[in-house]
Amino acid sequence: MAPERTATASAPDRTNGPGPAREERPAARLRALLSGREAPVVSALLVAVLGAALFVDMFATARNIDFMLLSVAAIALMALPMTLIVITGEIDLSVASTLALTSATLGVLWEAGVPIETALWICLGVGALLGAFNGLLVTVCGLPSLAVTIGTMALYRGLAYVLLGDRAVASYPSNWVGGAREHFLGLPGLPWIAVAVLVLAVLFGVLLHATAVGRSLFDIGNNDEAARFTGVSVRWTKFWLFTLSGVVASGAGVFWTMQYGTSRADTAFGLELQVVAAVLLGGVSIFGGIGSVLGVMSGVLLLGVIRNALQLFGVGSEVLQVVTGLILIASVVTPNIAARVRARRASGPQPPPAHAPPPVSASTKGEDS
Amino acid sequence: MDPTEVPPPLALVDVTKSFGSVRALRGLSLELRAGEIHALVGENGAGKSTLVKTIAGVHRPDGGQLLVDGRPTGFAAPVDAQNAGIAVIYQEPTLFPDLSVAENIFVGRQPRTRWATIDRRRMRHETEGVFSRLGVRMDPDRPARGLSIADQQLVEIAKALTRQARVLVMDEPTAALSGVEAERLFTVARTLRDSGAALLFISHRFDEVFSLCDRITVVRDGAFVSCDPTSELDVDTVVRRMVGREVTSLYPKEEAEHGETVLEVEGLTRDGVFADVSFSVRAGEIVALAGLVGAGRSEVIRAVFGVDRYDAGSVRVQGRELAGGRPKAAMAAGIALVPEDRRQQGLVMESSIERNATATRRRPLSRLGLLRPSAERASAEEWGERLNLKFGRLDDSVSTLSGGNQQKVVLAKWLSTEPRVLFVDEPTRGIDVGTKAEVHRLLSGLAGRGLAIVMVSSELPEVLGMADRVLVMHEGRVTAELDRAEADEESVMYAATGQRPSEAV
Amino acid sequence: MTNAPSTAPEPSTAGAPPRPSGRPARRQRQFRELGVLLAVVVLITATWLHNPGFLSSQGVRDLFLGATVLAVLAVGQALVLITKNVDLSVGSVMGLSAFGTGLLFVTFPGLPVPVAVLAGVVIGLVCGLLNGLLVTTVQVPALVVTLGTLYAYRGLNHWWADGGQVNAHDMPSAFLLLGRISVLGVPLPAAVAIAVVAAVGFYLARYRSGRELYAIGSNADAARLSGIPAARRVMVAFAVNGALAGLAGVLFAARYGTVDSTVGTGMELQVVAAAVVGGVAIAGGVGTVYGAALGAVLLTTITAALPIWRIDQFWHQAVVGALILAAIALDRLLALRTARKLRGGGARGA
Repeated sequence: MAPERTATASAPDRTNGPGPAREERPAARLRALLSGREAPVVSALLVAVLGAALFVDMFATARNIDFMLLSVAAIALMALPMTLIVITGEIDLSVASTLALTSATLGVLWEAGVPIETALWICLGVGALLGAFNGLLVTVCGLPSLAVTIGTMALYRGLAYVLLGDRAVASYPSNWVGGAREHFLGLPGLPWIAVAVLVLAVLFGVLLHATAVGRSLFDIGNNDEAARFTGVSVRWTKFWLFTLSGVVASGAGVFWTMQYGTSRADTAFGLELQVVAAVLLGGVSIFGGIGSVLGVMSGVLLLGVIRNALQLFGVGSEVLQVVTGLILIASVVTPNIAARVRARRASGPQPPPAHAPPPVSASTKGEDS
Repeated sequence: MDPTEVPPPLALVDVTKSFGSVRALRGLSLELRAGEIHALVGENGAGKSTLVKTIAGVHRPDGGQLLVDGRPTGFAAPVDAQNAGIAVIYQEPTLFPDLSVAENIFVGRQPRTRWATIDRRRMRHETEGVFSRLGVRMDPDRPARGLSIADQQLVEIAKALTRQARVLVMDEPTAALSGVEAERLFTVARTLRDSGAALLFISHRFDEVFSLCDRITVVRDGAFVSCDPTSELDVDTVVRRMVGREVTSLYPKEEAEHGETVLEVEGLTRDGVFADVSFSVRAGEIVALAGLVGAGRSEVIRAVFGVDRYDAGSVRVQGRELAGGRPKAAMAAGIALVPEDRRQQGLVMESSIERNATATRRRPLSRLGLLRPSAERASAEEWGERLNLKFGRLDDSVSTLSGGNQQKVVLAKWLSTEPRVLFVDEPTRGIDVGTKAEVHRLLSGLAGRGLAIVMVSSELPEVLGMADRVLVMHEGRVTAELDRAEADEESVMYAATGQRPSEAV
Repeated sequence: MTNAPSTAPEPSTAGAPPRPSGRPARRQRQFRELGVLLAVVVLITATWLHNPGFLSSQGVRDLFLGATVLAVLAVGQALVLITKNVDLSVGSVMGLSAFGTGLLFVTFPGLPVPVAVLAGVVIGLVCGLLNGLLVTTVQVPALVVTLGTLYAYRGLNHWWADGGQVNAHDMPSAFLLLGRISVLGVPLPAAVAIAVVAAVGFYLARYRSGRELYAIGSNADAARLSGIPAARRVMVAFAVNGALAGLAGVLFAARYGTVDSTVGTGMELQVVAAAVVGGVAIAGGVGTVYGAALGAVLLTTITAALPIWRIDQFWHQAVVGALILAAIALDRLLALRTARKLRGGGARGA
C-alpha cells in the first residue's frame, strides 16, 4: 500500500457562495411561513370561507358555523396525532375503528350500569391499549404500519361488532348528550369542543414545532437511522405516538357518542380516510419529514367548509364525495407540478443558491460533482 | 489490438455539462482504448461522477461529442449506452434484492423460448457459464438479497460480460471492499483487459491506480488536466495535478500528553459479529481500529455507543459502568460517534445545516422545554466558524454542501456536545484531499486538548499517521495491539489478514 | 470481450456455494403459498367434518362464487402491490362497472351480452388508467391518488345512480345466466376467475415484462438504470388492475342481478387483506397472484364457515383483522429467518 499524500494547504473550495447572508429574523420567518407547504391550503381556506360567506346565503350564521364546527370536531381531533405519525413516516388507519370500538365499549359499560364518569376513563384506557397494540406491532415486531393498521382497522371494527352486533345503544343521559353540543361560555356559533380542539392544536403545534421531541419527529421521518445515531429512541417515540393516537381517537369516540347520542358498531365507518385526506391536504408529506399542525388544521376546516357550503347550496352528498376526492388529488398534484415549473425556471438564467445539487431525479448516489 | 489503427471503442471530446449555474464538466476529453485499463482520478467535485453518468447515458451532455467506435453518438437513456456495449458498475451496485442472481444478470433481456416466455433453464445455464468464466461460485437461483458488496459487484460484472460489453466503467468499486475482495476484482479486471475490453477505473486509492492501470487521466474542476501512461507518473505528480498546486505530504500529528484512562471496554461480544473485544483509551490518545472491511470494527464502536446491542462484556466511561443499547446514555456519559455513512447515519440530508449541526444539543438549547431559535442559530454559527465550514446560508439543506463540508457538519454536531470520548468511523472517506488534511489537523488538535479518540479507518496511511496505538481486528476479534513505534504497514496487514494472530495482546 | 478468458482467476471464496439446501428464498415463497392453501384445506375439511352440509353441491357453488369476485380483485391488486404501489379505489371501480353494466341494459334493452361485459371491463380499464396516469406522470404516491379516486369514483357512481338501482328484471336472462351456468362442474364466474389467476400468474413468472414488475417493486432506481420502462409498466399494472376490477363488477352484477351505487363499498380493504394474507408484500417485489387468490379463497371460506361453527357472524371482521396481522407477522418472521440463513451461508469477510 503506497502512502497516500495529503495536501495541507486548504483545497480550493467550490462552495464559497455569496457569504452568509443574514436576514432579519421576523421578516424571514414570515416569508418562510408564507412560502411553506401549508401556504396554499391556508389561503385556500381563507378564499373558501370568504367565498362561502359572500355567496352562500346561510353560511355565515351562528347556527351553521356551530353545525360545521361540530361536524369536523372528531376529524380534527384525530388529525392531530395523525399529523405527528405521518411526519415520522408511518400511518394509522385504525383511528376510526378505534373510535367505533370505544363507542361500543362505552355503550356496553353504560348498559351494564357503569356510571358515565367511570366509563369515560375506562374508554380512554381502552384507546391507549388499542394504540399501544398498534405501536407494539410497528416498533417491536418491525412491521409496516400501513399493513398493521389495515389489520387492526378490521380487527377493532370487528370487535365493535362483537360487542354490539347490529344493536344501537341510545339511552345515554340527556345532559351528557346535550352537553356535547354546549357552547363555549354560551357564545353562539362556538361549541366548546372547538375551543378544546384549538387548545389541543396549539399544544400539538408547540410540541411539534418548538420542542426537541418535535424536531426529532421530523428527523425520524426524513432519516430514522440518522436520528438513531443522534440518540433519538425511534422505537419508543413511535410507540408513544401510536398510543397517543389511540387515546385521542378514543376521546373522539366518547365525544362522537355523546354528540350523536348513540353507540353503533358501524359508526364513523370510513372516517379514517377523511382524517388522512385532511392531513395530506394540510401539506404533510406521505413520505414523512414534512408538515405542520397549522396546515393540517386548515385542511380539516377547508374540507368542512367546502362540504358545508356545497350542502347549503343544495348539492347532494354524492358530489361532495367527488369534490373531496378531487381536492385530495389536487392537493398533492399541484405542489408537484409547481415544483417542476420552478425547477424548469431555476435551470434558466437566474443564479440558484450556491452549489446547487444536480436535479434529484437524475442522481442515484455519488459524492462528488 | 493496436489502438492506433482501430478507432477507440469509446471517446469523449470536449464534453460539457451544467446543472443550473454549476458547471460540472467544462470541456472534458477522454479516450478509452481496447485492451487497456484507464484510470480517472480527481478530487471530489472534480466531475468524475457526472462523467460516469454521462457515459452511462443517465445525463445528456450539453456540448461536445461522445464517440463510439469513432462515430458520434447520443445516449438518450441508460439503455442506449448498454446497447452500445457500455457497462457501468457503480460504487454501490444497483441490484434487485428480490430477484434471483440469474435474473439480475439477465433482467430485461432474459433468453426466451419460441413463445416469448423466459427460458429459465438457459438463463440458469448461461449464468453458470459466466460465473465459471469469472471463477465465481454462486448459486444462480439465490436471491440477490444478502449478497456482500463484493459479490454484488461480481454479479454486475457478470451482467456486463453477458451483455458483451466492450467498455466497462467502474466507479470506485473498491471503496467498500476488503483487500482480498479488491484483489479478486483486479484479477477479473486484468482478465477482461487481456481479452480486449476497454476499462475505466475510478478510485481514490493511488496504490490500486498505479498497480492496475495502464494510463491515468487527471481531471480538475470538470476539466481535463493530463493523460499519461502510468509508467511516466508518480503519486506526487498526480496529486499535484489533482489539487492544482504543490502539496506536502504530512500527517499533522501533534504530540499530546496522555491523561487518565477515560474509556474501558472489556470482553465486548455480539454473537456472530465480534467477540471478546477489550481495549482502553486515555485522554489525549488517538487509538485506531484497523482491519479489513467486515472485520467488525464499526460494529464494535456502534455497540459501545449503544446503537447496536451487545451480548456480553462491559463498557466503562471514567470508571462508571455504561448501560448498553442506549445512545442517549452514551451521549450523557460524554461519548460521541461520527458514523461511517455520512449520508445515511450522520446527517438528515433533507434538513438544514443549522438543524443538523444542533441535532445533538436540542435540550440544552431549550428553555422550559421550548427551543430557543436564537440559541440554535448562535450554536450553529459558532461551530460553523470554528470548523471553517463553507456554506451559503445556515437554512440551506445540508445536501447542498460538498462531501467535506458535510463531514464538518457531522463533526460540529458531535463536537458541540463537548464529548470526552470521540469515535470517528472512516472520518475522511469520500472527501477531497484539502478537507481531509483539515480533518486530520482537527482530530490531532482535539487529542492535544485531552479528548480520547477512537478512529476506525481503512486507509493505512491515515492509521499509521494519526494513531498513538493501533488495534487490529480480524473476523470479529482483536488480533494485535501495536504501539505507534511498532505499527507499520506490514505488521498491521499481517494482523488484519489473520496470518500471525498472536503477535501481540 | 466475446472471447472468453480461458484462464479463470482464483475461485471466489465469497458467495454462497451451491448447497443442496440452496434457494432458500424461492422455497420459502412456495411454502408461504402452500401454507395458505393448507389453511384453506384444513378449514374446509374441519368444517365439512363438523357439518357435511358445508360441502353439498350448493355449498361448493356458494364457496366458488363467493371467492370469485374477491379473487379477481386480489389478482389485480397483487399486480399493483408487486410494483410497490397500492390501489385503494378498486371497490369504487368495481361498483362503477357493476352499475354501468346494469344501466347499459336498462338504456339499451336489446344489447348483446358480450358488449355489456366488455363495456364493464372498459369502464374499469379507464378508471385504472387514470389512476396509473396520476401515479406515473405526476409522480404522486399511489396511496394518496387512489384514496382520492376512491372518493371520486364512488361519488360519480352515486351521482350517476341518483339513488336508483338496477334490478334483475332489467337485465337479459342470458346475462344473469352467466352467474348460474357451470363449465365442467365449476360455475362460470369461478372458471373465469381461475383462468384470470392462471393467465396473470403465468405472465408474471414467465414474461420479461412480468418479471420487470417485480424488479420495479424491488428497486426502482436500479430498474431505471437497467432501462426498464418503469412508468409504462406501472401504468399497465394499474390499467390491468382496473380492468380486472371492472370484470369483477360485471361478475357481481351477473351473479346478484340487483345493483345499486353502493356495490363494492369497503371492498378495497378486503382485497388488500386477501393479497397480504396470500403473501404479497405491501413493500413491493414479493408475492404471487396464486397467493393473492388463495388469500381471497381463505377469507371467503372463513366467511362461509363461521355460521356452520355457530360463531356469531359479527366475529367475521375481527377474524379477518387478526388474520392480516398474523400474515404480516409471519412474513416478517420468514424474512428474518431467510436473512439469517443467507448471512450464515455467508459472503462477508474473506
